[in-house]
Amino acid sequence: MSTTETRHIGAPLKRKEDDSLLRGRGTYVDNIDLPGTVVMAVVRSPYAHARIGSIDTAAARAAEGVVAVFTGADLRDDWKAAMPCAWPVTEDMKSPEHFPLAVSEAHFQGDGVAVVIADTRAHAVDAAELVEVDYEPLDVIVDVEAAAQEGATLVHEELGTNVSYVWKLETGTFEDGADVVVKHTYVQPPLIPNAIEPRGVVARPEPGGDVTLWSATQVPHILRVLTAATLGMSETKLRVIAPDVGGGFGSKLDVYAEELLAVALARRLGTPVKWVEERSENALATIHGRDFVTTLELAATKDGKITSLRADVVASMGAYLQLVTPGIPLLGAWIYAGPYAIPNYSVTFTGVFTNTTPTDAYRGAGRPEATYVLERTMDLLAKELGIDRVELRRMNFITEFPATIASGLTIDNGDYHASLEKLLEHLGHDELEAEQQARRDRGDVKQLGIGFSTYNEMCGLAPSRILGAIRYAAGGWETATIRCLPTGTFQVVTGTSPHGQGHETAWSQIVADQLGCDPSEVEVLHGDTSISPYGLDTYGSRSLPVGGAALWTAGEKIIEKAREIVAHQLEVSADDLDYDAGTFTVKGSPDKEMTVKGAAWAAFAAHNLPDGMEPVLEATATYDPPNFSWPGGAHAAVVEVDTETGDARLIRYVAIDDVGTVVNPLIVDGQVHGGITQGIATALYEEAIYDEDGNLSNGTLATYLVPSAAELPSYELDRTESKATDQPFGAKGVGETGTIAAAPAVINAVIDALAHLGVTDIQMPATPERVWRAIEEAKS
Amino acid sequence: MRAVALTVNGMRHELEVEPRDLLVHVLRERLSLTGTNVGCDTSSCGACTVLLDGQSVKSCTVLAVQADGASIKTIEGLAVNGELHPVQQAFHDHHALQCGYCTPGMVMAAVSLIENGEATDRDAIRSGLEGNLCRCTGYHNIVEAVAAAAGVAS
Repeated sequence: MSTTETRHIGAPLKRKEDDSLLRGRGTYVDNIDLPGTVVMAVVRSPYAHARIGSIDTAAARAAEGVVAVFTGADLRDDWKAAMPCAWPVTEDMKSPEHFPLAVSEAHFQGDGVAVVIADTRAHAVDAAELVEVDYEPLDVIVDVEAAAQEGATLVHEELGTNVSYVWKLETGTFEDGADVVVKHTYVQPPLIPNAIEPRGVVARPEPGGDVTLWSATQVPHILRVLTAATLGMSETKLRVIAPDVGGGFGSKLDVYAEELLAVALARRLGTPVKWVEERSENALATIHGRDFVTTLELAATKDGKITSLRADVVASMGAYLQLVTPGIPLLGAWIYAGPYAIPNYSVTFTGVFTNTTPTDAYRGAGRPEATYVLERTMDLLAKELGIDRVELRRMNFITEFPATIASGLTIDNGDYHASLEKLLEHLGHDELEAEQQARRDRGDVKQLGIGFSTYNEMCGLAPSRILGAIRYAAGGWETATIRCLPTGTFQVVTGTSPHGQGHETAWSQIVADQLGCDPSEVEVLHGDTSISPYGLDTYGSRSLPVGGAALWTAGEKIIEKAREIVAHQLEVSADDLDYDAGTFTVKGSPDKEMTVKGAAWAAFAAHNLPDGMEPVLEATATYDPPNFSWPGGAHAAVVEVDTETGDARLIRYVAIDDVGTVVNPLIVDGQVHGGITQGIATALYEEAIYDEDGNLSNGTLATYLVPSAAELPSYELDRTESKATDQPFGAKGVGETGTIAAAPAVINAVIDALAHLGVTDIQMPATPERVWRAIEEAKS
Repeated sequence: MRAVALTVNGMRHELEVEPRDLLVHVLRERLSLTGTNVGCDTSSCGACTVLLDGQSVKSCTVLAVQADGASIKTIEGLAVNGELHPVQQAFHDHHALQCGYCTPGMVMAAVSLIENGEATDRDAIRSGLEGNLCRCTGYHNIVEAVAAAAGVAS
């Protein structure tokens, strides 16, 4: 590492991104209004499973403003390959035929069957209603466990089974004969990510057969490669731009039908094609998260030492495999033992098709699902052993780092005790327990519950060799370019693609420290494949641990070239130069100095460079991480539960996280706030509810309960810091930590509030009805 | 088509609109004021909040013809001579926005809340913003920003 005085890394710099967003000058896709644009509306199957008979488009074609109508059959030959799934997790994984529009059969409510193109959005939507599709409804299967059974109704008849794959990781034998074994089955329902900006695309045909695609996407680079492949285009013919993107949370980490349709139709029609999702359409046509049923078993000695873990996970794929659908459960596969040292480890995943919206990455992706079942079971085990739940966690923490865990990966650094002790201090644990006891003694209607979640996670996706070993199609590296401009300013190009995270600000802070400038002198470019030819985009809390490391590495290359230039100009040996925060000084002659900015000018002027050196000061680095990133921490939720109505209300939430080096504490806290909130929402409010016919019955924001400010308290955050040793400046990922930790803390708290009444289990989300029923059942 | 007159951010516009045209669509598509975003189709998310004769409304729930003769303020009309409005400035100071999509509606709702004297404490701010959803911030910093702009003690 270069010696660098950190003036900007760690500072709560206000964001560069804010000004345009605060003035209403965001460049979201729906704000793009190109001359000649026609608008696309998608005709979607109202049935969760149906054979598609004849489609009569005559009335739609004749409607006002309509340009064209296409069915799945009309466009079948536009696709040179099926919709991409980049993660065939086993050699024999089963995957159904999947094209942007269904041709012969619709497999979930919302599956596209035709598109209407018109001059305005209103005309397109009106005409879509006039497309008459002759559907023959087929049997439907929604429940993931039922779908996994032999003889179940088949989602895809031609596959002969609903099971897409079975994947195992076993590194020890479960000790069935241990002193204590606890076993419990947990349902984690499907969730709708609900970024507040719905998806949207504009595809503009360019001269020579090129296409520019603007998309509300997290992954412009991946989208470019796979759109080109699906359409049989040369990659060079397609430019993808992610403008301002209004949140993603994994739901915009995909290659969607509408993106492919817009490009195909822009080429066919020779005019820009636009599509913007309606919210109710988003609930059906954008991926869902979770939908797991997991049985977890822990075996322990009577003293509380956990010796074995076995997880059996049944995970819904939904109706099709989207970009990384089958791999989502696996992203949790190595961390079912969390921050605990458990020697015998066995996890089995069964990926199952159902007639529901496809699942894919939603904030945390596989890791919240793992942490939830582990932290719930830790409380069960503590109860079974008669050991305090906090003490049980302490007793089993991994304490020595680097730590090779039973699942086979190595955690570079961490300090789980430090987070937990700090949490207890902030929480005022003893006072809370006293208050809880007092309420119990008085028989208060509103009972108090305290819930814990101590967690770690693996993020910063990911070492390319490991991705290859687990059959992911691409690598996990990231790129960055730094150009030192002649005026003493710096242009940065990153292959990551922010959509609210604040990379422009954070990347500026890193460059400012490393190369010696003010953050305002750094320009950060992103989200356009013509600006950054290589990149693997933003997801899996990877941007700072991996993309930031690429940036740092590029900065080191800049320093090395600048050192040669400065040595030449000052007529000293490069070894005689010290470097700190943008300035080279000559050892022993501290008055002789030259800055990186000065070297940039010298490299630009090129009047006096070392023999053979190329002019200009610019460097590109591609960084492949040697390890995953391993944040961790300890969270606690305090809830008040009304024992008469079942209303569970979160009244405090305390989070202590260890995310290594913090570049910008404002941004880090913001990530934790948002992450926690999505975990709380999972625990108390959110669930995509399907009826037995596969109709999504709460597919609007009026019925799907994304929490507002009124349901939530302010949060209490603090941090511990053990720097990542496998990352150049010690940073770990932070984007998903809150979501991973929060749900079990909240549910553990709800159960804790009612433990004295005999309640031991409540399914997420803990709605007033579920809580009330749990209380009533415990009474009887 | 119906003739309507709207005064938007101080400028008078006379327009022919369809009876079904929503105010938000007229603002965005006819007047190119794209700062006001659309996030849902059930009046739930509040991304499209604007001020109609000084009161916050969800512009996806108001027909353009209903706004005939009214004075409307959108996020674009909030800054004066380029200087951010105190609520906009507070959102910046407190990192109360991430992706920014809910921000225009959230800021307009907060302006209305403060101007009506309803932002008296953090609980009141939370209840007052119930109709505006944010998926990024968890509301923590939004509440801090509005409290600061309203002069509520920390």
